[in-house]
Amino acid sequence: MSWIEAIFSILVNPLFYKLMLLSATPLIFASLGGVYSESTGVTNIALEGIMLMGAFVSIVFTQITGNPWIGVLAAVIIGLGFSWLHAWASIRWSANQIVSATALIIIAQGITSFLMKPFFGHEGQTDFIGKVSDLHIPFLEKIPFVGDIFGELSPFVYIALALVAVSWFLMYKTPLGLRMRAVGENPEAADTLGINVYKTRYFGVLMSGVLASLGGAFLSVGELGRFVENMIHGRGFIALAAMILGNWNPAGAMWAALLFGAAEAMNLQLQSSSIVSVSATIKPLFNMLPFVVTLIVVGGFIGKTRAPAADGVPYEKE
Amino acid sequence: MNRSKIYPLLVPTVSVLIALAVASVIIVIIGKNPITAYAVMIRGAFGGAEQLANTIVKMTPLVLTGLAVGFGFRAGVFNIGAEGQMAIGALIGSMVAINMGAVPSIITIPVVIVTGMLGGAIWASIAGFLKAFTGAHEVISTIMLNWIAANLASFMVTGPLAVGSGTPKSPEIAESAKLPIIMKVQATELSIGIIIAVIVAIIMQIILERTTMGYELKGVGFNPYAAEYGGISIKKSIILTMAISGALAGMAGIIDIMGVPPHRFVGELTGGRGFDGITIALIGRNNPIGIIFAALLIAALRTGSNAMQISAQIPDDIVIIIQGIVIFLVAAERIVASIIYWKRKRGELA
Amino acid sequence: MPLCGTPISLIANDIKGREDSLPIFSIVGDGGESVSTLKSGTPDFSDYAVAMKGIVKKFPSVVANDNVDFFVKKGEIHALVGENGAGKSTLMKQLYGLYTPDDGEIYINGRKVHFKGPKDAIDNGIGMVHQHFMLVDNQTVAENVILGSEPRKGIFLDYNKARKEVKELSEKFGLAVDIDAKIEDIPVGMQQRVEILKILYRGAEILIFDEPTAVLTPQETEELFNVMRLLKSNGKTIIFITHKLNEVMAITENVTVMRLGKVTGNVLTKDTNPREIATMMVGREVLLRVEKEKAHPSELVLEIEDLWVNDNRGLYAVRGVSLEVRAGEIVGIAGVAGNGQTELVEAVTGLRKVEKGRIVLLGNEMTNASPLEFRESGLTHIPEDRIKRGMISQYPVYYNLILGKHSEEPFAKNGILDLNEIKQYSDKLVEHFDVRPRDINMLAGNLSGGNQQKMVVARELDETPVKPKVVVVAQPTRGLDIGAIEFIHKTIISMRDQGIGILLISMELDEIFSLSDRILVFYEGEIMGEVTPEEVTREEIGLMMAGHKKAEVLGERGDIK
Repeated sequence: MSWIEAIFSILVNPLFYKLMLLSATPLIFASLGGVYSESTGVTNIALEGIMLMGAFVSIVFTQITGNPWIGVLAAVIIGLGFSWLHAWASIRWSANQIVSATALIIIAQGITSFLMKPFFGHEGQTDFIGKVSDLHIPFLEKIPFVGDIFGELSPFVYIALALVAVSWFLMYKTPLGLRMRAVGENPEAADTLGINVYKTRYFGVLMSGVLASLGGAFLSVGELGRFVENMIHGRGFIALAAMILGNWNPAGAMWAALLFGAAEAMNLQLQSSSIVSVSATIKPLFNMLPFVVTLIVVGGFIGKTRAPAADGVPYEKE
Repeated sequence: MNRSKIYPLLVPTVSVLIALAVASVIIVIIGKNPITAYAVMIRGAFGGAEQLANTIVKMTPLVLTGLAVGFGFRAGVFNIGAEGQMAIGALIGSMVAINMGAVPSIITIPVVIVTGMLGGAIWASIAGFLKAFTGAHEVISTIMLNWIAANLASFMVTGPLAVGSGTPKSPEIAESAKLPIIMKVQATELSIGIIIAVIVAIIMQIILERTTMGYELKGVGFNPYAAEYGGISIKKSIILTMAISGALAGMAGIIDIMGVPPHRFVGELTGGRGFDGITIALIGRNNPIGIIFAALLIAALRTGSNAMQISAQIPDDIVIIIQGIVIFLVAAERIVASIIYWKRKRGELA
Repeated sequence: MPLCGTPISLIANDIKGREDSLPIFSIVGDGGESVSTLKSGTPDFSDYAVAMKGIVKKFPSVVANDNVDFFVKKGEIHALVGENGAGKSTLMKQLYGLYTPDDGEIYINGRKVHFKGPKDAIDNGIGMVHQHFMLVDNQTVAENVILGSEPRKGIFLDYNKARKEVKELSEKFGLAVDIDAKIEDIPVGMQQRVEILKILYRGAEILIFDEPTAVLTPQETEELFNVMRLLKSNGKTIIFITHKLNEVMAITENVTVMRLGKVTGNVLTKDTNPREIATMMVGREVLLRVEKEKAHPSELVLEIEDLWVNDNRGLYAVRGVSLEVRAGEIVGIAGVAGNGQTELVEAVTGLRKVEKGRIVLLGNEMTNASPLEFRESGLTHIPEDRIKRGMISQYPVYYNLILGKHSEEPFAKNGILDLNEIKQYSDKLVEHFDVRPRDINMLAGNLSGGNQQKMVVARELDETPVKPKVVVVAQPTRGLDIGAIEFIHKTIISMRDQGIGILLISMELDEIFSLSDRILVFYEGEIMGEVTPEEVTREEIGLMMAGHKKAEVLGERGDIK
């Protein structure tokens, strides 16, 4: 009984919804990135690694310049650069995209951990360096319930939602979007009509790099104000599940990300609930849940949603 | 020209060299001397009898995780979940091994090893079933299983299995479950684990090249449509491949506990060695013999980088960076292939 | 029995006294007209919509185009003819900008051009209707037509304008399409019309059709020809790539023939005939009919009773089909691709589930048996897609030769392969079936198409470990050259003469005609009727392939004459 009570009391608490948005935000960025890349036919499972680079680089540049927005800019640049490696290997050299992406995840992990001591003096995590201040919306703050959610929220959340809307228009209402999707379905057909398949795919992968990196930057410079080794903690893969669940559609990915965000928010609230107690030993079992959910989603929804037909297949002119 | 003979050996070799070169650039960036760094590394891996013994001890589980990933690749499956399978195999195996006190070694050792293999096999089969029946990509599902395994291990070792204080750890396994020692080099004990690993490598080679099972699994990896036409069950093959791969990873985990002190299950047991298996499989070109050499190389890098960290203050994460670059270059092997071709051409013209 | 207009997929025979040479007819212009030159000395090609001079294109293992001259007058319907591998597609891909020539020049309407990509070709008024459609399955007809040349409203796509324009175009040229339907939902004939609309939308004046009738019934082919005539009357120039000689005679005015990368002839259609063209294509006199004796069918070996099979989308592809095959006969299934033949073959070989009905092999109930069970009971299968289904390219030849029998004795015992036995068997097979080169260690993917098919046939016909009593043969000569086709046809006939029952599925009507003892016509998953090659004409079979029942078709005979 107390569990049902606990869950109910969490659901009526505006904090739950705020946490849901905050948990979903990095997933929205990264899954949106996945949509860009895979829509043009290049799989990019390196989101986890790109997010990590974004998280690290944004803190480094916040430390150097004292301005967290410069950190965000740095994250955009590293996102471009790091994803360019994957794009180059996959598009120019027809590499095995899964292995190439795995390599990038490992490299990201290696570089960020490696540079901790030389740059920050010690391993593990940095001190509090700085963060992007939350956005206060005065008139919203006064509204009950809604105000508690949106009154004081990181600008990253709004950026993420705006990007979803922009991306949706781009993909379904502009010529570029039509071409992107054609390239992901039947690159040969697009090629015979004079569309540059390679350029389109570079665009898709580089966009995924920018977006994933922003997602990582949110975790460090947007929320925590510091960098912790391996802080992405599997979210890059959960974002992939959100992309699949969302049927490779920007809006769908957003809803799926919100769903995962809700699960995480519920997890966090339950662990700090005053109604039911969760001992420290059981905590790992709770933390396991997002991964179990992802596993079920990936296992249950593949085949029910439809990946771009040429996804993961390198395009080579005869 | 004998390009086809040399090429398979050349690509991984050149990839490793390029990776080491890039790593030296990074070492320079943090203000250290790469030449002294690599000298320290080589001495740390091979410099003396104890160092060599250490490297071989480290090599043992790496041969097995390399075989695990490599076997998967041969059959068309990317088992990135060796990490989690290793943990589960070690966990289940040690739970049995802890309680085998009264039973003689001759029974305990095989039983515990088989238990470890079963643990890994079952864990991997979850991803295998999902791939076979729903088409779920094994990379995402095995990575999720890695995280789940890590959490499970953490729970077990702070809860039901916990003993003592300090780092969470399980009780020590029974004496009869410990692997016999071949030789003792100063402070390092070398168990028969390495011999077991090499024998397993040879067995895997035989399976792949001489049995109908090997024929079928490789066939499914190359062309599932033709395999189906040839009467091979795709679903069974996928699950079997994952199970065997997981069994090898599970064996890596349990042998590590049985052969190396402190002979206990600890939370951070796997330490990235499942991921090392990917590099090893790729460098060794999924060939059991190649994998043995690749495992030696990575083990050397690990022992050596420990020394680098202590004497030269270079964080041992450099090894991870090196591995990542090698994997990247092998994935995009045409990059390396064309570098080799171009250099050869220049040699011919000049 | 009409003999003219049969394509090259028939047995060729050397006539005594004729050498295997390349008879060269006139090359430049048509019928010997010479090309004038401008005062500046450059040749004047302004009469020609397309002038390709001295084109050379090489690939790593072959010279695809060897000094080719190709001239098409404005407003002409010009056939480009040759068998598989002659170089026609390669030549046209250079005209369309997908390839660039290694040497030679291209002039469009008298102006020299260098195409760096399809966009340049499109800008010059050239459009190509590809053999394998270049369509995006999950997008609509309108979206496919405008892709790459989209009408805009600011930064947005003006979809309403797109729909309007496509509609107008389709009405003007008589190309009926459903604008908002997704490609994956429309029939093949309509898909082809979308391909044509695509190029007309971009203002193509020169249209290249690459083997357009492979997927059409004779009636649909006639509709396509009407479209071509309408296009010609609108001033368009048409280049028609085909290997079907009756079509060349029916619609074209000028013919260029290629063989092994060279042009072997160029004549006006009215001045030639199919036999002559066939000779230019092949280099030797072509016999237009397979030599075979009458069949002597004996006992029933395969029975299919009221079979219903689903396609990949869960809709019925095979609807209540019943047929019989006897030992010593060839039963041919005629029909345009996509009418359920693939699903029928898969059901009869254990690769697809049977929803309703029965399959009885040699008296045994085999409905929904596995591929292994079918093979062990004496039914083998030469699949229509040898690369996808029939072999594993990355395996050596000797591994491929045991595919499907790899766990049986003598090739394996207790799960261990007997490599000696396997290699001995492979050496024998490769010799007997003339697979070249005789290297069983070679990776199958490195063999030529013809030798790959011989390898597959060798495996399926061989008697170890079980002698086949029924062989299902699907599209056995697709993409093969004349030598290989000859060999395969001879082999199939000899199989029949040894008492094997053969179920032959082919989209090449002429192959069906020449090999079958009985023909069943397939349309939308049903059998429209059973005929013998002697009793019907191609036109009548064509009607059946388009959905008319046999009784209806033969009944009309009295009326027409």
